[in-house]
Amino acid sequence: MGNLQNNLFDIFYMDTLACSKTWIHSLDPRAKVLTTLLFVGIVVSLGKYEISILIPFLLYPVMMITWANLPVIYLIKKIIILMPFAFFIGIFNPLIDKDIILKINLVDITNFITIMGFQNSTGIIEISGGWLSFFSIMIRFSLTVSAALILICTTGFDSVCLALQKFRVPSPFIVQLMFLYRYMFVLIDEASRMARARSLRTFDSDSKMKFSLFVPMIGQLLLRTLDRAQRIHLAMCCRGFDGHIQMFRKMNFGVSEVLFILGWSSVFIICRLYNIPFNLGIFISKLY
Amino acid sequence: MHMADALISPAVGCTMWSVTASLIAYCSKKVKNGMEDQKIPLMGVLGAFIFAAQMINFTIPITGSSGHLGGGMILSILLGPHIAFLTMASVLTVQSLFFADGGLLALGCNIFNLGFFPCFIAYPLIYKSIVSRFNTQPYTERKHQKKDRYILIGSLIASIVGLQMGSFAVVLETLFSKISELPFGTFMLMMQPIHLAIGVVEGLTTGAVVLFIWKARPEILDSALSTSPLSSSNSAPLSINKVLIGVVVATILTGGILSWFASSNPDGLEWAMFKTSGVEELKSQETIHTSLSEIQEKTAFLPDYGFKSNELSEYNKSSEVPNLVDSGVVDTGASVSGIVGGTLTLIFTVMIGFVLKRRKSEITIS
Repeated sequence: MGNLQNNLFDIFYMDTLACSKTWIHSLDPRAKVLTTLLFVGIVVSLGKYEISILIPFLLYPVMMITWANLPVIYLIKKIIILMPFAFFIGIFNPLIDKDIILKINLVDITNFITIMGFQNSTGIIEISGGWLSFFSIMIRFSLTVSAALILICTTGFDSVCLALQKFRVPSPFIVQLMFLYRYMFVLIDEASRMARARSLRTFDSDSKMKFSLFVPMIGQLLLRTLDRAQRIHLAMCCRGFDGHIQMFRKMNFGVSEVLFILGWSSVFIICRLYNIPFNLGIFISKLY
Repeated sequence: MHMADALISPAVGCTMWSVTASLIAYCSKKVKNGMEDQKIPLMGVLGAFIFAAQMINFTIPITGSSGHLGGGMILSILLGPHIAFLTMASVLTVQSLFFADGGLLALGCNIFNLGFFPCFIAYPLIYKSIVSRFNTQPYTERKHQKKDRYILIGSLIASIVGLQMGSFAVVLETLFSKISELPFGTFMLMMQPIHLAIGVVEGLTTGAVVLFIWKARPEILDSALSTSPLSSSNSAPLSINKVLIGVVVATILTGGILSWFASSNPDGLEWAMFKTSGVEELKSQETIHTSLSEIQEKTAFLPDYGFKSNELSEYNKSSEVPNLVDSGVVDTGASVSGIVGGTLTLIFTVMIGFVLKRRKSEITIS
């Protein structure tokens, strides 16, 4: 129960974040949706053993977070909370894929470090493909999740819906999304009121609920929901509802939006085509 | 269980997206054409109900874990498959955006796994056929009481089957993506029993809640049970066959094109290997080693590992075909470059963020 309530606070908080005013926030939502999709697509399209080439893509979340003034710690916490799923699927890779793919000669690194004034032992670390792909999965997961969170924190759900509508997503689906978002808060409030009322009147420990009690509670909630839906519909009919939700919000796709998309997509494409960290490493090694 | 972006390849993701998008378009068209607009708020609010129902958990006796109401099946029973599918799609979209369950690219997979199977397979083929067996019989008081059993059994079996198909789809999607190394059999043996248990719990809760509704307000269910709420009211201008053909064509096109594209591009690692085994880099490695050894005057480690001679012969062998993965020998010097460069890029990127932030706060202060 606590979990969902926390999620609810999360949504409130993310909505508040979406209301702040930076130039990222004031961009047309369509531009941000397109850029996010492009980012996710390109990150996911990389090969499964890639790690170094993924790192420059961190530039996108970092820049967006700073430009849009988003709380870094909060977002990192959110990503870490979501980590376990990808972790449990990914953790099998090292167990199964044991072919050695990468050998790190510690000698090389220690040599590199000794130049800078450190001494260290020597040896070769062998890294199997499984570990490589595991870390690749985790990095990819963080990148894509942060992209989605940034989209919603800089744009807001209604604007995302509006952008989707402009992209010709069928209108019943858009109406559905907006209704869902609007009434999620109301119904979660109602459900938590019911749960609280029960826990105040019971002598059992708070967390235990019997199935025989669970069913009438959910059923009651469902009946209330159905009644509420009918009331809402009547109220909307009184106000001239014709199956479409009219939203008045100005959207203009101007020069800054085009520049935003072009700029980021060129960055993504460059990062995809050239392994920047690798070339940088070679360059640095040449220096010594 | 939700698929995550990190686990699917773009080919699988886009294929499932196109399938899901055409299904959403089909359902929207159905809903638009055939629905009294009373159902529009109903579906939105019921989607919110799916969220709210998760607030109320019950304790599963022996295990100590808790269960709550699942989505697709109860929505299908209450609203009919088309609206239920749209509602599930919207629930999953909100989940992917706010709670980042799954992800944007995996959203297509998730909607398909958790929406298509319960709404379009399990509900019409299993639940409806079981319950309609009751409906066709003439009405008597005793028969009417027996309906309890039909509803319970119907929703139990339908939930289990829907979830089994969904989890099997997760296995297939993971398999086709080739990101996770889990072999097909093991993964399936992990997934199916877990989802059997989840399916039993979901089926029981769904059945019990539907029963509760049926006893309290039978008219809600009767309208949903006797006729499918949409198809009866209009003469279906959009036939499912057309849509199915469209879905198949879209699947073949996107899947085919994307997989062709993917295979014509060498695998990321091979590509990197090809680049690293080029002559120039090799030379640069050598110069590093020699210069380093000069500095250190400790050249013993090079012959010890047989580093140079072996590595060079490997390079000569594999100069045309960069298939170093199979031979298991990978350039260690190159990996060092990767690590050093990667670390530097990471530091550099984070620095950019810090500098920008500092400048911004200075501006706001001044």
